[in-house]
Amino acid sequence: MNRQPDSGRIVNRFQQLKQENRGGLVTFVTAGDPDGETSLAILQGLPDAGADVIELGMPFTDPMADGPAIQAAGQRALKAGQTMNKTLAMVREFRAGDDRTPVILMGYYNPIYHYGVDAFLKDALAAGADGLIIVDLPPEEDEELCLPALAAGMNFIRLATPTTDEARLPAVLSNTNGFVYYISITGITGTRSADLADLEQAVARLRRHTDLPIAIGFGIKTPEQAGAIARTADAAVVGSALVSHIADGLDADGRATAGLVDDVLAFVRELADGVRRAAEKADA
Amino acid sequence: MTKPNTFRGGPDERGHFGIFGGRYVAETLMPLILEVERAYTAAKTDARFEAEFAYYLKHYAGRPSPLYFAESLTNHFGGAKVYFKRDELNHTGSHKINNCLGQILLARRMGKRRIIAETGAGQHGVAVATVCALFNLPCVVYMGSKDIARQAPNVFRMKLLGAEVRTVENGSKSLKDAMNDALRDWVSNVESTFYIIGTVAGPHPYPAMVRDFQSVIGREVRDQMMEAEGRLPDTLVACIGGGSNAMGLFHPFLDDPDVAMYGVEAAGRGIETGEHAASLTGGEPGVLHGNRTYLLQDDDGQILEAHSISAGLDYPGIGPEHSWLHEIQRVQYVAATDAEALEAFQLCCRQEGIIPALEPAHALAHVGRIAPELPADHILVMNMCGRGDKDVFTVAESLGVEL
Repeated sequence: MNRQPDSGRIVNRFQQLKQENRGGLVTFVTAGDPDGETSLAILQGLPDAGADVIELGMPFTDPMADGPAIQAAGQRALKAGQTMNKTLAMVREFRAGDDRTPVILMGYYNPIYHYGVDAFLKDALAAGADGLIIVDLPPEEDEELCLPALAAGMNFIRLATPTTDEARLPAVLSNTNGFVYYISITGITGTRSADLADLEQAVARLRRHTDLPIAIGFGIKTPEQAGAIARTADAAVVGSALVSHIADGLDADGRATAGLVDDVLAFVRELADGVRRAAEKADA
Repeated sequence: MTKPNTFRGGPDERGHFGIFGGRYVAETLMPLILEVERAYTAAKTDARFEAEFAYYLKHYAGRPSPLYFAESLTNHFGGAKVYFKRDELNHTGSHKINNCLGQILLARRMGKRRIIAETGAGQHGVAVATVCALFNLPCVVYMGSKDIARQAPNVFRMKLLGAEVRTVENGSKSLKDAMNDALRDWVSNVESTFYIIGTVAGPHPYPAMVRDFQSVIGREVRDQMMEAEGRLPDTLVACIGGGSNAMGLFHPFLDDPDVAMYGVEAAGRGIETGEHAASLTGGEPGVLHGNRTYLLQDDDGQILEAHSISAGLDYPGIGPEHSWLHEIQRVQYVAATDAEALEAFQLCCRQEGIIPALEPAHALAHVGRIAPELPADHILVMNMCGRGDKDVFTVAESLGVEL
């Protein structure tokens, strides 16, 4: 397969983390939650607050792998009029002010399929997106989007889970790049948290099959958890807990209050400190 | 488009009917989906499984269901000879029990200890709760709050049968969102749980598996019609939400070129109003709930809420094999409105002494359109896939009657 070179931002960021001898913080927010303007302000503030990699959710009416917090975030965004075009426009605006932080678009396949795979890849790359995480596209459906994405120079990040057994791992880890997203529990986002011992085993298992960096997500809610997990793997993903801070900053009519953006970014700072403190402790 | 040698050969090994079908699920579920496929492939060639399924269909569900010549309606329409396949006479009152028996026997083979399901009208939920009671397995049924309100008798039946009914408040609060929550449950309890999907949709192998379990309907019609008329029928008619009763009736006849078939979708308040559930008539291809199929969606690929007076048809998608049969034009897909279904519902009560479910009342509405134009020697079979006891409150309300 002829592949266009990718943006290099993901590889560079994980190399930088390695040089800094620490794990990374990956933050998830839904594009357009609770409204376009507030969402863009949060997005633009994330790198300074300490996010190393940004996952930007493309809202979908039927997010089958998401728990209540991220379901609600998607509904808020759609209610406020978020569309795929607006999501890509957000990435473009973000990229105008930040050329280094990787942006991964995360979501479900239908809005992309409806947009048209080739048109979507072209527009998302032009906007400055670096990778995709599409929940309902397992390797069995690689021809749909994964292979065209890799050919176009878009990273395609794969989800591995506790149910992905040894026999299946090679298939899951083929046709992928950027990093591997390990889902720490068999469950939906924002619910249970995994045992650290289980995660250490899972990471060891993945490392036997891949040299790609490993990020762990699902159920990571506190700076302490983020720190411990970023030390176990290469990065920790925080989504539902962050999105819940957005929900907490809404007034009774669902509108963003004045302090919302600052509150959310303050929480990101705590998470980032947690990740950095854990690295220092490991050094000591 | 070139016609295949057979219309009954699908899906391919990856679960595709043409471009439709597939396995669009989260990685957490994928190993289990493959396990279900392996288990089902083994079961369907196992004579013991076949014998066990046949035993429960006969002695528990009451099959074969009669093929009944609806003489009064035939005279009323004044055209084609109208037969009803009486699947509303099955235990639990609809065709849903066929599939539930098949899937729970498979779940037992796989050693699963917990059953989940989604339901719209509650017919599938009742059938799942029934087989779970029969085999003593815990059962959780997801049901939208909108459907819980309009299908109270079925909710109570499920509870009597020992099932836990979980209310779904998300999105449209009906079948689509019940399916989302059932999938979330499955992702969270993947080791212990078997998901009994109620229609010919979802990730492969469900569309093919549910079709196979429901095909008993069409196979019986073939035999019964040979006995009654000495030949195959000319036309088959069935209502379509996800499309399991229609697929079960149609599939054994797909390679009989002289048998015409009509699938009747729910046109709700009218296709032109946008308030309908007619995925083929008013939707376009997309990916939802594990398969590519025709879906009701907006310009941005967001799924639209369906509308139908019938909770069982109130779904914005349709089984992928129907999408394929639509595109290759083997089956004609039409639609009937709430008002047409209500009229057919009342006609059936008065003419035949059969209170139909609102779902097959849609099919009957189409029969009422075509039967008068057909000659007296034309044989038409409509699947009476459910009985209407559950709908009397909805119908009373629509007719302005207070119960």
